[in-house]
Amino acid sequence: MSGPKTSLFDVEEMEINFGPQHPATHGVLRVLVKLDGEKIVDAKPIIGYLHRGTEKLFETMDFPACIPHTDRMDYVAAATNNQGFCVTMEKLLGISIPPRAAYIRMILAELQRLASHLVWFATHAIDIGAITPYFYNFRDRDEILDLFEEYCGARLTLNTMKIGGVPFELPDGWVDRCRAAADAFPHKIDEYETLLTDNRIWKKRTIGIGVVSPEEAIEWGLTGPPLRGSGIRWDIRKVFPYDRYDEIDFEIPIGTNCDTYDRYLVRVEEMRQSVRIIQQCLDRLPDGPIMARAPKVLRAKEGMVYGSVEAPKGELGYFVVTTEKSTKPYRCRVRPPSFINLQALPAMVEGHLVADLVAVIGTLDIVLGEIDR
Amino acid sequence: MTDETLKPPEDAPADDDHTQPKDEAAADATEQTPEPKVEPSEDAPASDDTAKTPPEPSTEAKPKLTDDEKAAKIAAAKAKAAAKKAAEADAEPKPPWEEKPVPPERIDAVDDPEVVALAGGIEGSVLSAERFAGDLTVTVPPGKIVEICGFLKRERGFSFLVDFTAVDWPEREEGRFDVVYWMHRFDDEFRLRLVTVVAEDQIIESVTGVWKTANWMEREVWDLYGIVFANHPNLERILTWEGFNGHPLRKDFPLEGIDTGAAIYPDVYPPGGGPVVKDDEGGKA
Repeated sequence: MSGPKTSLFDVEEMEINFGPQHPATHGVLRVLVKLDGEKIVDAKPIIGYLHRGTEKLFETMDFPACIPHTDRMDYVAAATNNQGFCVTMEKLLGISIPPRAAYIRMILAELQRLASHLVWFATHAIDIGAITPYFYNFRDRDEILDLFEEYCGARLTLNTMKIGGVPFELPDGWVDRCRAAADAFPHKIDEYETLLTDNRIWKKRTIGIGVVSPEEAIEWGLTGPPLRGSGIRWDIRKVFPYDRYDEIDFEIPIGTNCDTYDRYLVRVEEMRQSVRIIQQCLDRLPDGPIMARAPKVLRAKEGMVYGSVEAPKGELGYFVVTTEKSTKPYRCRVRPPSFINLQALPAMVEGHLVADLVAVIGTLDIVLGEIDR
Repeated sequence: MTDETLKPPEDAPADDDHTQPKDEAAADATEQTPEPKVEPSEDAPASDDTAKTPPEPSTEAKPKLTDDEKAAKIAAAKAKAAAKKAAEADAEPKPPWEEKPVPPERIDAVDDPEVVALAGGIEGSVLSAERFAGDLTVTVPPGKIVEICGFLKRERGFSFLVDFTAVDWPEREEGRFDVVYWMHRFDDEFRLRLVTVVAEDQIIESVTGVWKTANWMEREVWDLYGIVFANHPNLERILTWEGFNGHPLRKDFPLEGIDTGAAIYPDVYPPGGGPVVKDDEGGKA
């Protein structure tokens, strides 16, 4: 908000703490909000409550030992975190993975994207006041987690990829169950959409809220649905295809009005595209080995390398620096999409009401485990 | 054949399963089980014949045989290798995931058009350039970093700062830290990495004026490495708290951490960290 303060009443600016222990902050995010009445003059996100020093820990561990720790960053999308690290390490070590492993990875990553978007859908809606979608979303997310459990034994911190491939062969009947789940999913998305897409309250709460122009989005370094919601057709899966995404046919949805409602539509469409990718992967799933012929002890050359994947939240990148013949990263930097997306929060909420702050935090789809690392 | 010829011709027929005479003797000595294994006895006549006939030549024939065999073996091995080679040549090459991994090489990339453009745009901006695993890395002097980044954004279209971080090399003479900029151009989806070497006490200009997104990234690097960015609008700690003593990602920062109570309760803990003051030592606790 700019211009002179011409309040009808003599109201002073007030500072309130939003969080860190507030259900609508999606974790331990604290926002110091400066208010003029109910209008937000300034918002200052304060983070770091969940800082565990993951990047420091990486420096003490062998490359394969880092993978379980990547699970703990974006803990609602562990598979894509694993994938990001493995893709980067394969780039560094020059390993190319067998096609079956790549296809299994893509199936897992897209299932994970669905699961992550379901959590976003549920929490975003419940923040704004629509409670019903929560039950639908978590019911269906459970089915996806069951598939994960069947594959690797874990539901949340999956640790389900290895440098050079995937650790396990698909269990008997898994492909059929996965296909059944994928085939049933578009109908479920329709179900969610009937709850919100044409809902008048939902539209009033989201249209025109948290607008980010395309230029601003690039300036703030937004990636993932926030960038696509601003009308930029850009997706790591298309731009720098990893695994076998170049063999898959899918669309990148974009928004036009750059607001919260468009980002909602983008994510919903992304779920449909994820289902398409899973179905194609299951159809084409090749036979063959699931691990590349990689040495038991991985030794890297001296150099620095950056690899990234399209995580549900945006571009998840790993920047790895190694010394000659090292078995551990000398430095492993994670580019967390939530951290960089959250940075745009003050610009997005300025001039809005307090209630819209909750909507904007929801639309950014942040995970504090990844922000604080 | 050879196994059996090695066996001494004894009355007790040899077992098929390579039991040594010592064991048999031991078994005889104990006399608990004169014939513990019944099964081999059925085969005994057959093995008897083979075992009885070649006892004498066994010791003498051995060197002869090996001589002959050697030549034969060599010839066979040669033929096998040649056949294998031919088969490999005929068959399509192995898929890359069955080959040994080929790590990427570092290639000098001073001739890369992007590097040439940068060097032409700003005098003395390129110290070195290399390509590793497909990533283009240019080393630039720290003094001109804002000028270089501004040039790359305006003239070369690198509108998107993807990532920004630092690397600590405590023992390096040229300067302790690498500050790393990783930027993206949307026109042709091209990425470029700038690396600039900064000494421990050196102050580097902030690039927040070029890309807004550098704000938090620079705060993070200040927090975790202690590199100071001049002209930064709000250079506060971000992941640790104000007053935290130290920069955790420096290599000399202990992995197990430090006593962090120092700054939060200055009346309880002595400033600057260190051991906790107990009640009886005068602290308030």
